[in-house]
Order: sequence, then C-alpha cells, then structure tokens
Amino acid sequence: MTNVLQVRDLHFSYHDGRPALRGVSFTMCAGDKVALVGPNGAGKSTLMLHLNGILNGGGEVNVGGKRLTRDNLPVIRAMVGLVFQNPDDQLFSPTVFEDVAFGPLHMGLPMDEVESRVRSALEAVRMSGFRDRLSHHLSVGEKKRIAIATVLSMEPQILVLDEPSAGLDPRGRRTLINLLRELPITMLVSTHDMKLVQELFPRTIVMDEGQIVADGKTRDILENEELLTAHGLEKP
Amino acid sequence: MHFDAFDRYHETDSFIHRLDPRVKVVVTVAFILSNALLPDGAWIASGLAWLVLLFANISSRLGITFTLKRSFVALPFALVAITVLFSVTGEPLASLRFLIWDLTITDVGILRFVSILIRSWLSVQMAILLVATARFPDIIHALEHLRVPSILTTIIAFLYRYLFVLGDEVFRLMRARESRSAALAVSGTRSGRSAVWQAKVAGHMAGQLFLRSYERSDRVYNAMLARGYAGHLETINPHELRRRDYVTVALALLAMLFLQLVGRL
Repeated sequence: MTNVLQVRDLHFSYHDGRPALRGVSFTMCAGDKVALVGPNGAGKSTLMLHLNGILNGGGEVNVGGKRLTRDNLPVIRAMVGLVFQNPDDQLFSPTVFEDVAFGPLHMGLPMDEVESRVRSALEAVRMSGFRDRLSHHLSVGEKKRIAIATVLSMEPQILVLDEPSAGLDPRGRRTLINLLRELPITMLVSTHDMKLVQELFPRTIVMDEGQIVADGKTRDILENEELLTAHGLEKP
Repeated sequence: MHFDAFDRYHETDSFIHRLDPRVKVVVTVAFILSNALLPDGAWIASGLAWLVLLFANISSRLGITFTLKRSFVALPFALVAITVLFSVTGEPLASLRFLIWDLTITDVGILRFVSILIRSWLSVQMAILLVATARFPDIIHALEHLRVPSILTTIIAFLYRYLFVLGDEVFRLMRARESRSAALAVSGTRSGRSAVWQAKVAGHMAGQLFLRSYERSDRVYNAMLARGYAGHLETINPHELRRRDYVTVALALLAMLFLQLVGRL
C-alpha cells in the first residue's frame, strides 16, 4: 500500500504561546478511513489545518509522497480536500454551482472539464438538483453536503473533514453517514460522534493535549473504557 | 485564533485611569480641537502640546513612549494631506513631473504640510491614550452623558461589538478560499485564473458577508427585543464627577487656551 499521508513530529504553538501540537506523527494508506477523536482543544482542528499548509509548524507533512513546502502548496491543496466545520465559511459564492466550481476554476481547468467535475461532485453528494440554488438559503445538512462537493470537485486524494455531523438532525446525519460510507476516497474525519466512529471507521486516532494518545482499530479503542474516560470520551 | 487587534484597553491603576470617562472624552476632544485650530508654523505651541501629551502619558503610567509607539499606524492617513505641498501658492522651491502633471512644491506648501502632519500626529496620540485608559463601554457611556444622540452611540457600540465577530468571519472565509486555491501538478497550466475572476470572487465574498451581517442583525435585534430592549442600552457603571475630575477639566481647558494664545502671538 502507498502512503497517501505521512505526518512526522508536528509541533505548533499559537501566537499567545499556547502549544497546540506537541509531536504528532501518523501515516494513512490509500483507502484508509480514519476517525480523529478527542476533547475540545485537543488539537484536532489545528492538525487538520496543517495538512494543507494553512498553518505551518515544526515537523513534516508528506502528501502522496511529496513533502509539503511553500513552493508546492497549491499542488498539495489540490490533493488534500479540507472541509471546515462550519459550512458557512466554506460557501462564499452566490450559487451552489459557483462554489463547487471555485476549486476547478482556480486550477485553470477548461470550462467543459469544470462543468463535468461540478456535475459529478454534486452527484456524489446527491445534490444534483441544487446547481443553481443560492448557497446561503440551504439547510445545514444541505450546506454540509455542498461543502463536501466543493472539495470533491478538485478530485483530491484525501478528504479531511472537521466535525461533519455536528448540528445535523437525525435524517441529515444518516444521509451524511451513507454518503461518507460510499465515497471511494481516503478520509480523515474529526468528530465527537462516537456512534459515527463505530459505524464507519475501521481505524481511530485519539488526540489529547496536542498529542496522539492512541492509534489503532476502532473496535479495540472503543472497548478500552479506561482510555476513553481518561480523555473525556464515551463509549457509544 | 481571534481577530482582536483593536482591543487596546490597558489595565493599570493610574490617575488618568481613575478619571471619569466624560472628563477623558472632553479633554481629548478639546486637545484635538486645539491642535486643529493652531495656525500653520506655530512650532512653540505644537511643542507645548507635545509636552501636554507626554505629561498625560506619564500620568497614565503606561510609559512615556506608549502612544508614540502606537501612533505610526495612523501616519499613512496623514499622507492624504500630501496634495497641499503642491496646491498652495507661494515661493516655488522645486518642481517634478508626475505622469501628465507638472507639480511645483512651494515654501508655504511645505510649511502647511508639516504643520498638518504634526497636528494629526499629536491628535492621534491623544486618541490612542483615550482608548488605552478608558474601557470602550465607558467611553460610550460618557458620550451618552455628553448628549451625543443615542442613535449614534448605539451604532458605535454595535460597530465595536460586531467588528470582532465580522473580522473573525472574514478571516475564516479567506482561510476557506485559500484552502481551495489549488493548482494542477501538471506544469504548463496556469492556476489562479485572471485578476478579473479573482476580483469577482472577492466581490461575491463581500456580498455574502453583507447578506450574513444583514441577517445576523435581524437575529440580534430579535434577541434584544426578547430581553426587553426599548431603545437604549443600560449600564451598571454609575459615573460620578468628583473634585479631581472638575479640576482636571478646568486645568486642561486652561492649558488649551494658553496653547492657542502662544500659537497666535
């Protein structure tokens, strides 16, 4: 198996000196679906912002065998599809079409290629009929799915989602779970939804206080009640 | 990661911090007015005004160079006055060609430009000292007491309150855009498209921000109504003028008067 993502000894502190990452290392192979869990403030979002170089700390991030540097940032960003927790941040264009087309257009793809990528991205999240709708008038569940489409249209090698099921009603959550299950793509998903973890992800990484405290089979981690309690998590 | 670059209150216990905010607002405005009224080339009066400023700095116990260090942020705005270099008639000193215009610098122009620079530089520093020594809600409260129409004070208060929320929102939008600003690995394809397209996207973002602020204002207003808002903001900070407040205002106003006299002699 090839390594799609390799993170080695990542360190990062915010401006106020508060350390957010204290030596994070892990690897993901093609096809891996990995859950990232841990209490608020554990450093999950900070870690995710490193994966496409929005934040730069000490250490090394390799995507598809390429080391992330300042020079290849745009290329890495095409490979890592980062979806933010709040879809309102992700959707900044007037219509759904323009939002989903932003990535491919920015890459400089020809118009017919952009069209077909938007079409298949919207199909993948089952939102084909929403092409010409206004982004800011959609429901939260719809916005979340469009937000995922906005990075799928870039045809990334790895999908990185920050708390995708937060704030969804049961039906929206179910639709999202089915969607994530069917997407044939490597993904790293941070979440507090332990039921989602149990249902969808064979592998789980537990973070706390800027470090990875456990990385293994979801089944084993969810059985380890001592570990879960120590890091503020609950067995589903 | 929050947008808090404008929160400039500095907590210390000093004579100036303890003054009634009304006094601080009045004295600051008087100082700025006095600077604006000084005639061009009133160097001695400007120097004295600077001493007043230094004295205020020292009594605030924030350090004698406190406002100086922060004043450079505002200097670019003073450069707007650069046109007076060429637009005032006087003895020509030098001329230069800028695109299609012949510009002549005059001695009176230089005199006026430097005077404006000094005046605005002194005024900005006093304003910086005001926001560093009075909490923002107290300043608003002081404005209300000074009979500034409540519609204005409310607008200023909300502007300040939601500036940070909006700033955060802009910051997150830009981060999300940056995340998707990608390029193909194949060389030869130019990414980023045209400046026109990028401007269009930026325009859309600004439009989105306006829409969201508009919708947010509705929600905020409803939440205010739900808690009994009836037209003006209440505060639990009772301000009362003490003797030292009256004395400070009187002395400060006398000092300004003296500055004006010196400037005009």
